[in-house]
Amino acid sequence: MIEVEHLSKVYSGRKAVDDVSFNVGKGEVLGFLGPNGAGKTTTMRILTCYMPSTEGTARIAGFDVFEQSLEVRKRIGYLPETPPIYPEMSVESYLGFVARIKDTPSNRRTQQVGKVIEECSLGDVRHRIIGRLSKGYKQRVGLAQALLNDPEVLILDEPTIGLDPRQIHEVRSLIKGLAPARTVILSTHILPEVSMTCNRVVIINKGKVVAMDTPEGLAAQMKGAERIALTVAGPAEAVRAKILAIEDVFSVAVADGGPAAAPSFTVECRLHSDLRPVLARAMVAEGWDLLEMRGVSLSLEDVFINLTTQEPGEAESAAAGSRPAAEDQPGNGQEV
Amino acid sequence: MHNITAIWQREMKSYFVSPIAYVVLTVFIFLSGYFFYSYLANVAHATLMLAQFGQESQPINVPGIVIRALFQTMSVVLLFIIPMLTMGLFAEEKKRGTIELLLTSPVGYLQVIAGKYLASLTFLLIMLAANAVTILPLFLYGKPDLKPVLAGYLGMFLYGMALLAVGLFISTLTENQIVAVILTFGVSLALFVIESMSAAMTGASRTVVEYLSIIGHLDDFTKGVIDTSHVIYYATFAFVGLFLAYRSIESMRWKS
Repeated sequence: MIEVEHLSKVYSGRKAVDDVSFNVGKGEVLGFLGPNGAGKTTTMRILTCYMPSTEGTARIAGFDVFEQSLEVRKRIGYLPETPPIYPEMSVESYLGFVARIKDTPSNRRTQQVGKVIEECSLGDVRHRIIGRLSKGYKQRVGLAQALLNDPEVLILDEPTIGLDPRQIHEVRSLIKGLAPARTVILSTHILPEVSMTCNRVVIINKGKVVAMDTPEGLAAQMKGAERIALTVAGPAEAVRAKILAIEDVFSVAVADGGPAAAPSFTVECRLHSDLRPVLARAMVAEGWDLLEMRGVSLSLEDVFINLTTQEPGEAESAAAGSRPAAEDQPGNGQEV
Repeated sequence: MHNITAIWQREMKSYFVSPIAYVVLTVFIFLSGYFFYSYLANVAHATLMLAQFGQESQPINVPGIVIRALFQTMSVVLLFIIPMLTMGLFAEEKKRGTIELLLTSPVGYLQVIAGKYLASLTFLLIMLAANAVTILPLFLYGKPDLKPVLAGYLGMFLYGMALLAVGLFISTLTENQIVAVILTFGVSLALFVIESMSAAMTGASRTVVEYLSIIGHLDDFTKGVIDTSHVIYYATFAFVGLFLAYRSIESMRWKS
């Protein structure tokens, strides 16, 4: 349904989207995951014909987004990052306006508007002025607008942003409900959202696709990924140096347990190399007491942070140590 | 076509739910009333003076003089007011992000421009109609020649049409309405005062500058003359403005 091939977009010398390729089949829900400034919005804007790509092609329902833009625009529903609302209009007249510019035949307009109002549970506010509604309602009005005219493809840029937990739940089930008949691409930074709503995930960072799989597949890819937590009664620096000296270890993060407790370490090592026996022997050989040791499995969140904070090659290394940096990044990142 | 009417309708509504329409109309009606009164009073006074000194050899066309002066003044007033009608057309859509809705809907850019431009023209017609009500007393108490009045209104409409197209183009350049209004005013004023520059020039440059002046072409209309060359001037002006707006929206997609 959606075919994206080698898409690139250059903004004043900076590559916002760099050689992105993916396909989305009919009825699939694709999650677009990445930190702010990763190029999610830019990719979506290219798909919705809002801006042309610098290189590469994208086709929706067989129509090229650049060459046959009008055909594409007839078939998509798009919810931009900020809902495109006119604050001075009432919900109903706004949706009526959108229905008109989307070429809904006049005899079906009222019915269409009624339907999306129901789908997005906007019945209580249909006569209210949009500007006076809460952020959650505004977001739902934006979503309702995207659903008008029964688009085959829905492109939703962070659809659950600004909603309260109950509304988030509603919107997610709404999106799930749309899925069999429509193809959906949604972007988000909320990870559970992806595992709840999407069939497939594309993780994008600095304009590049860094991973593409099902949410389960992504987590499994790194599951039990050789991250080992251990607590050792011994001098922290010496222990750290000793562990680092072991082959296949990428990094060691130390968490000081305070004067009373022994320091704990998180060791990152090469995939599928179970280092636990080696570590245990090394500690004991030095005469340090090994108090605790366990394998740590990675959640989808860890996968995401791993993939988006490092270059792909070194993604597995230093994940534990770099976590604070990952949290800073959304603030620094520039949304495009 | 119904896309254009949808956009036109929304734009008209947005004029009238915001204070802009009321403020603009109030100021415009007040100024046209004031200038009409003051010209009428002046001319009537002068006529009385002449009559007193017994120089009645040439009958004075009181309504004609008043209307002509009024048109000239109102063209200056429009210079201030028109930027306010066009400032929001695109700047506001860009600021609110609704431009993304318009440009990703199955609507051509030309239709978007047409809908918005027609809305601003409609507003101009409303202002001119209000102005026409102001001069109604002339027809109640006298018999002015209708043709120069109609030609004058046609001229004012064409003049406004050209300025609105300039304003619409400038509104596509920025997302800040203040910037749009000041730039539009600056450009319109430059096109207005360019005529005084021509006085210092000779030869071809003088002809060119005189031709460019947006006000020079209005004169004949207020005298009751509809010259096709002036109509073509204003129409070309509007066309160039709209064409630039179209290109600006296209290029905005590449840059934004």
